[in-house]
Amino acid sequence: MKKTLTTLALGATLAAGPALAELTFPSLSYRTGPYAANGIPFADGYADYFAMLNERDGGIGGERINMIECETGYNTEKGVECYEATKGEGALVYQPLSTGITYQLIPRVSADGIPMHTLGYGRTSASNGEVFPWVFNYPATYWDGASVAIKYLLDENGGDLSGKKIALVYHNSAYGKEPIRTLTELSEEHGFELLELPVDHPGQEQKSQWLQIRRERPDNVIMWGWGVMNQVAIQEAVNIRYPMDQFIGIWWSGSENDVRPAGEGADGYKALNFHAVGSDFELYDDLEEYVWSKGNAAGAGDQHGTVLYNRGLYAAMIAAEGARKAQEIHGTSDITPAMMRDGLEQLEMTEESMAELGLAGFGPTFSASCENHGGSGRAAINQWNANEGKWEVLTDYIQSDQELIARLVQEDSMAYAEENNIELACQ
Amino acid sequence: MPDQLLFAIEVTLNGLMAGVLYALVALGFVLIFKASGIFNYAQGVMALFAALTLVGIMDGQVPFEHLINAVFGTDIHGFGWEVPALLAILLTMVVMIAFAWAVNWIVLRHLVGQEPIILFMATIGLAYFLEGLGDMMWGADIKTLDVGLPQGINTTIDEATFNMFGYGFFIDNLDITATIIAAVLVAVLVAFSQYTKQGRALRAVADDHQAALSVGISLNFIWVLTWSIAGFVALVAGIMWGAKSGVQFSLSLIALKALPVLMLGGFTSIPGAIVGGLIIGVGEKLFEFLIGPLVGGATENWFAYVLALIFLVFRPQGLFGERIIERV
Repeated sequence: MKKTLTTLALGATLAAGPALAELTFPSLSYRTGPYAANGIPFADGYADYFAMLNERDGGIGGERINMIECETGYNTEKGVECYEATKGEGALVYQPLSTGITYQLIPRVSADGIPMHTLGYGRTSASNGEVFPWVFNYPATYWDGASVAIKYLLDENGGDLSGKKIALVYHNSAYGKEPIRTLTELSEEHGFELLELPVDHPGQEQKSQWLQIRRERPDNVIMWGWGVMNQVAIQEAVNIRYPMDQFIGIWWSGSENDVRPAGEGADGYKALNFHAVGSDFELYDDLEEYVWSKGNAAGAGDQHGTVLYNRGLYAAMIAAEGARKAQEIHGTSDITPAMMRDGLEQLEMTEESMAELGLAGFGPTFSASCENHGGSGRAAINQWNANEGKWEVLTDYIQSDQELIARLVQEDSMAYAEENNIELACQ
Repeated sequence: MPDQLLFAIEVTLNGLMAGVLYALVALGFVLIFKASGIFNYAQGVMALFAALTLVGIMDGQVPFEHLINAVFGTDIHGFGWEVPALLAILLTMVVMIAFAWAVNWIVLRHLVGQEPIILFMATIGLAYFLEGLGDMMWGADIKTLDVGLPQGINTTIDEATFNMFGYGFFIDNLDITATIIAAVLVAVLVAFSQYTKQGRALRAVADDHQAALSVGISLNFIWVLTWSIAGFVALVAGIMWGAKSGVQFSLSLIALKALPVLMLGGFTSIPGAIVGGLIIGVGEKLFEFLIGPLVGGATENWFAYVLALIFLVFRPQGLFGERIIERV
């Protein structure tokens, strides 16, 4: 007994000794609450990727990764609390997975000098690195998503959308309203009519919106939804017999969770995506060997290969590669948040670099710069195959209308800079 | 007939159907408030928990599967069988009765005679506990609920109205089913409270629980009975709403749809919950149809409360609620 106590005391002393340098990546997750079904696969993918790097490579550049998970419940106040509670731990980059939390954190991360990466969500105009030097939203933004959807529809309609009617069913929030400006501009440019149909939070009751769609018979429906709004919208579309192949969701309306409740009826539904689907990648072999087979899978280990699990992996991969780049730039493995920002700003994802990571073709290629924090703005169209129960990739990555997006980003970000007396970076 | 009028009739019919679904949620609140004076904040979560339990039983899920695997290092993934819907509904009711008994035994019997606000706060705690318990027992993933209810457009109505007006009305088969079930449910509840011994005891406790106690009615039994019936109503609401969106944790938010119904119909009247639901359903749908496009849409959530407030100003006890007059 005495020996055991001595061993314990020695262990405790060693544990309390000088800490080894670690790279800290907070994970602001939501495994509980109304959006848990979406938060869990993302958080699992995020955690598994870092666990794999620790097991296989001993971390990044010889430094082990310390991932701190903090439960936000998709609640903005809790998200801010998580940020405040973890930023003192040496956090290198935040990924809040919530547009609401993102808006609250933008001024905070800017003041504290900690980078934030909002992967395909958050404030679109934050892609202007001159105004938002601490925020990154590559590889694509909401405005890119709206533009890609219209480009795809142009392709489907022989390059002409004049006289067509396109309905936008959107979550009545800052997130849902993001594409309106881009779609309005595009409707003027291409001559289609835009029908805006807001849905109140949380979106369990959408009869009015879908009766209107049934009456107005739009040629296409684009959806900007999240959580229960997606499942109800797809079910209502099935109920009114709207052709599913003319219904396109943003990437946050395109997971297995969104289509499965509608069963066979959801077959043919389309969604944008900025990364690959499925598990046919070399990286999955490493995840199996170093993490899952050892019983260390995050969560219940039942999300592997789903759209949102892959998105979590992708987010973690970008964070890890940003850290690796920062180590390379500054010649040290023990990087600070400011160094991490430099790494994220000079990050370049090429076909070769993704193949080296075991993720060949997993996402679009892009390179960031001081001015461009939004990436290449490319996204693909996926389609749900209900019979096989899986998403299929329908197109290559489609380039958004960069000229239009750049102009809109410039206008919006400069207005923000003026309102907040922000001195432009990159000068 | 002008198109706009046809559309308005279609919207009204769909509003009535939506109102029935709201009323189903409101009924659970009314039952408990009527019998015990408790505003049960956990009613929405009870609907979620009941639906989760139903799907879990139907799919042969092992309760607390993730927890068991994490603690004991096992690799359990379900019992490997499927349970027919009807049997699963009966088993879920057993769980809801056990829940009602546990709530009464562990929480409520210690709070008899306390201020209503204390009891209300107890139900807030209960709501969060039940949500966490549901998560641990059945997991947080979205579950497909298929108890064989018909869904999608009713083709008979579509064709008949098309032949009559040249425009086919959309009425969802699920909404029609919900309306029939709600009608049967209300009839059974009214018959139960009017013609059975337990029902009369329930009404006696609702009128004056001290007097009911003095004639030998067991308060514990009546409260367990009330919470069990509310559990059954929650199960029905959970099935109807879960069939629309899958069973997921946002199901607990359907309680928000019941509040304006209760404000309008009164907290103590079963017919009030139904009529309130219908008025709210039709009111919000027609307002969205007629005024929504002029103000940017998405009016339904707030308009339901505005409508309820207007009724409150003129009838604070709600349309069918009991008027409480306190003289000093």
